[in-house]
Amino acid sequence: MEYAPAAFHASTRALPEEGSPFAFTPENQAKFDANVARYPPEQRKSAILYALYLAQGQQGYLTRAAMRHVALQIGCTAAEVEDVVSYYTMFFTKPVGRYVLNVCRTLSCALVGAERVTEALGDALGIKPGETDPTGTFTLIEVECLGACDRAPVVMVNDGWQERLSPEQVSQFLEALRARGEAALSGCHLRREKQAVGSRQSAVGSGQPAVGGD
Amino acid sequence: MAYEPVLTTFVTEPNSHTLDFYVSRRRGYEGLRKALTLKPNDIIEQVKASGLRGRGGAGFPTGLKWQFVLKDTPKPKYLCCNADESEPGTFKDHVLMERNPHLLIEGCAIACYAIGAKVAYIYIRGEFYHVQQILEAEIEKAYAAGYLGRNILGSGFDCDVYVHRGAGAYEAGEETALIESLEGKRAQPRIKPPFPAVSGLYQCPTAVNNVETLCNVPLIVLHGADWFTALGPEKNGGPKLFCISGHVKRPGVYEASMHTTLRELIDDHAGGMIDDRPLKAIIPGGSSVPLLLPDQLDTPASFDHVQKAGSLLGSAGLIVMNDTVCMVWLAMNLLHFYRHESCGKCTPCREGSDWLYRLLARIEAGEGQPKDLDLLFGVSNNIVGKTLCAFGDAAATPVLTTMKLFRHEYEAHVREGRCTLPAGWRASRPVFAGAH
Repeated sequence: MEYAPAAFHASTRALPEEGSPFAFTPENQAKFDANVARYPPEQRKSAILYALYLAQGQQGYLTRAAMRHVALQIGCTAAEVEDVVSYYTMFFTKPVGRYVLNVCRTLSCALVGAERVTEALGDALGIKPGETDPTGTFTLIEVECLGACDRAPVVMVNDGWQERLSPEQVSQFLEALRARGEAALSGCHLRREKQAVGSRQSAVGSGQPAVGGD
Repeated sequence: MAYEPVLTTFVTEPNSHTLDFYVSRRRGYEGLRKALTLKPNDIIEQVKASGLRGRGGAGFPTGLKWQFVLKDTPKPKYLCCNADESEPGTFKDHVLMERNPHLLIEGCAIACYAIGAKVAYIYIRGEFYHVQQILEAEIEKAYAAGYLGRNILGSGFDCDVYVHRGAGAYEAGEETALIESLEGKRAQPRIKPPFPAVSGLYQCPTAVNNVETLCNVPLIVLHGADWFTALGPEKNGGPKLFCISGHVKRPGVYEASMHTTLRELIDDHAGGMIDDRPLKAIIPGGSSVPLLLPDQLDTPASFDHVQKAGSLLGSAGLIVMNDTVCMVWLAMNLLHFYRHESCGKCTPCREGSDWLYRLLARIEAGEGQPKDLDLLFGVSNNIVGKTLCAFGDAAATPVLTTMKLFRHEYEAHVREGRCTLPAGWRASRPVFAGAH
């Protein structure tokens, strides 16, 4: 018997897909076992984010099978794992492209053109934010502040960084990624030490930029 | 007197993140060596005397926080380092961890000794993976050199430092939400009291300190409280990192004393405005604080002076905006952030931030009605003070501050049915729509 019209049940909660059977590779299992030892023995749940990163790294995104495996490892319920997965933005429950382009859209990046960068990336790939291109190479996502506002606009590509990307550089940037992969990324400019030295080195005393812009 | 950096010394030099560099050029681990000859309580007293205030945003006295950590209990104590740097406009901890990680590691060890903890967790935001790799590699070297681990420097003191990676949640920067996330749950704040000092991580006494705060600790132990207080105005002592971004010529992290005025930070340190356009407004302490106007720039950038000027120093993230910035767009941009990051635990914040965004998007798109302005005000005031953590107040702030200082821009949007200040750096197509 129906106790309410169908439209009443307007919840859009969709379960992630089941996926193929999942278990950690021996290498990931060893990594997990080492990580979980950092926490008190009765607090295995602290390792849940780490376990989810391992699972995501292993198959690209998180399926129900993977979440059950994580639950088994942690010693909690699958619902508790899904609770965590659905909260944090860095976990994917659908397949994503080989390169996930996370464009920062928050104020400091937006002030110097991040909205235009997103537009240019979307136009070049023929997709909107949140979508993956037909070849499965790129997923475009708008994210909130990445914490590198001095090098805006910033794009996080998987775990790597591209800084100061202008809309005009977008097609060149995509080509470089296709050809050279993550090696094409600028990385964090602080790591390019030779460049970080140079002009800033001469400044002394008051007004010395600790780490200034170019 | 010229200010000599102490936190960011040599950060532009090659290999400044290494242990060798830290020990040979920065008197590395001398603070820890000295601390281990003192009684834990003496260190707390020294940090109290220095007046060190938390660098994460609230500016709470660190020594006091440590004193509150329950000592008389059989439970273990914990130190959590808040490296979830997510406040828009803030990127100082990023530099410290990447270019001077041993200062943080030493600070963690001293703080653990002072509060009686044996384990410190550095909760780093998931997006800082490249920073985490450096930090973890350097922690390993600190273990190998005997600055961490068992019987540190022969003192009998044991201390472990672990890095814990977050997974993308602004709210994890709130101290009890950070603890929840560390325990493997959603990053949602707890009801306080009890405060973490009494019942924090795993229901044990816990101190939660920001990266920059802990980086000051070895310097205080090494140079003394008097040295520290002399660096800045009264009750605002010590070195401070300022993050300057937006429409300035040289955005970056700058270390200065809190005597420095906002104008000096913008003009001298960050090189002034791009294309020498006029400055319209600044956000002095990360996106959660009220705006300051050009005539307030001679305010010293200290916790107390900025507060007196009607804003907050917060995390010292200065976002500088020129005359091309539409203030309705600004509020909309930040509310997009807050509605996305609201953890959803408290209804006023979860629902309110979403409705504020929708209202702002409607006004910015030129479809706003006169009554929307009162509605914005009403919704904002129904969030402020009605949530478990400071997020709610922070989410309402961009609306309240722009409405107070630039109400005429809101009115012009409604009157003319369009954005009255569209800038070339903004999207060419409308970016706003309903919820997504």
